Amino acid sequence: MKQADFVNIVMPFKDKVFRLAKRLLVSREEAEDATQEILLKLWKNNKKIEDYKNVEAFSMTMTKNFCLDRLKSKQAQNLKIVHSNYTDSNSSLQKQVEAKDSVDWVSKIMEDLPEQQKIIVQLRDIEEYDFAEIAKMLDMNETAIRVNLSRARKTIREKLTNTHGYGIK
Amino acid sequence: MDMVLNNIEKLIEKYNNAETTLKEEAQLKAYFLSDDVAPHLEHYKPMFQYFSESKKEQYTKDVPLNTKKTKLYQWISVAAVAVLMLGIFIPNWDRGPKTLAHYSPEEQEMYLEAKQALAMLSSNLNDGLSSFKVMELASDNFSAGLEKANHITEFSKSTNKLLKN
Repeated sequence: MKQADFVNIVMPFKDKVFRLAKRLLVSREEAEDATQEILLKLWKNNKKIEDYKNVEAFSMTMTKNFCLDRLKSKQAQNLKIVHSNYTDSNSSLQKQVEAKDSVDWVSKIMEDLPEQQKIIVQLRDIEEYDFAEIAKMLDMNETAIRVNLSRARKTIREKLTNTHGYGIK
Repeated sequence: MDMVLNNIEKLIEKYNNAETTLKEEAQLKAYFLSDDVAPHLEHYKPMFQYFSESKKEQYTKDVPLNTKKTKLYQWISVAAVAVLMLGIFIPNWDRGPKTLAHYSPEEQEMYLEAKQALAMLSSNLNDGLSSFKVMELASDNFSAGLEKANHITEFSKSTNKLLKN
């Protein structure tokens, strides 16, 4: 496979890879690094890619795994310094104060969702994949996906309803 | 209008239970991104706004198939091979009045490449020696049998250092 062919295959979904990485890693820089590494990994496996029916789904699975691994090793690093003076600056209230407006507030609410739910909301509500595709990407059954999605949507709604009256606009 | 609102209320209920289809979700998005959202549903607006804004975010960096690092290593290996070849054919110079023109184009090119690498080395040493003098030095060193390998390592180390700067 030539580089140009590979780029043509990857082009249509590289933004989706990046957005999923950013959903999980939060920082733009880290998401860019992750995307770079994922694309490079794909390129190194480009002979295998020709065998995959759905490169996009495969790439999204890879992105999820890659980012979750990153988070795990980051957590392990954090644990070493936790006991000295660790304050949870990411508390919901703090984030609410930081939010510039109600749209920004949604992104902060999403940061507090469990990782599984973040991924599912990202794939469904933002990328608009159908449930069968998401099930394949996450190796989960559709019912479990719906349960998680419903929980996430309700959490977002509740937090938005609670703050709506307090004048965040 | 009431019909629309009724429909949206039903859809949002289904949406919260994750029972909507992609088509129905598109309807919801269109409604909440419009300007006339019913006041009692307004708190859903930022959520759908956020979803549609998020989808616009793009990966703006290049697709990195050739990293700078690998290019650098390729260059170093070229330089190393050139230096090695130099060590092999420099002893022949002592025998006859062979000039550069006597060598094949490949050999000439290699010579020039090696010369360039050594010139860079000489500027690294910063002692004002001309590249030719350095080459004489190198020739002496390379003829010194066993030491040859060590010098090559030294050379590639310095080239490495040089390229990193």
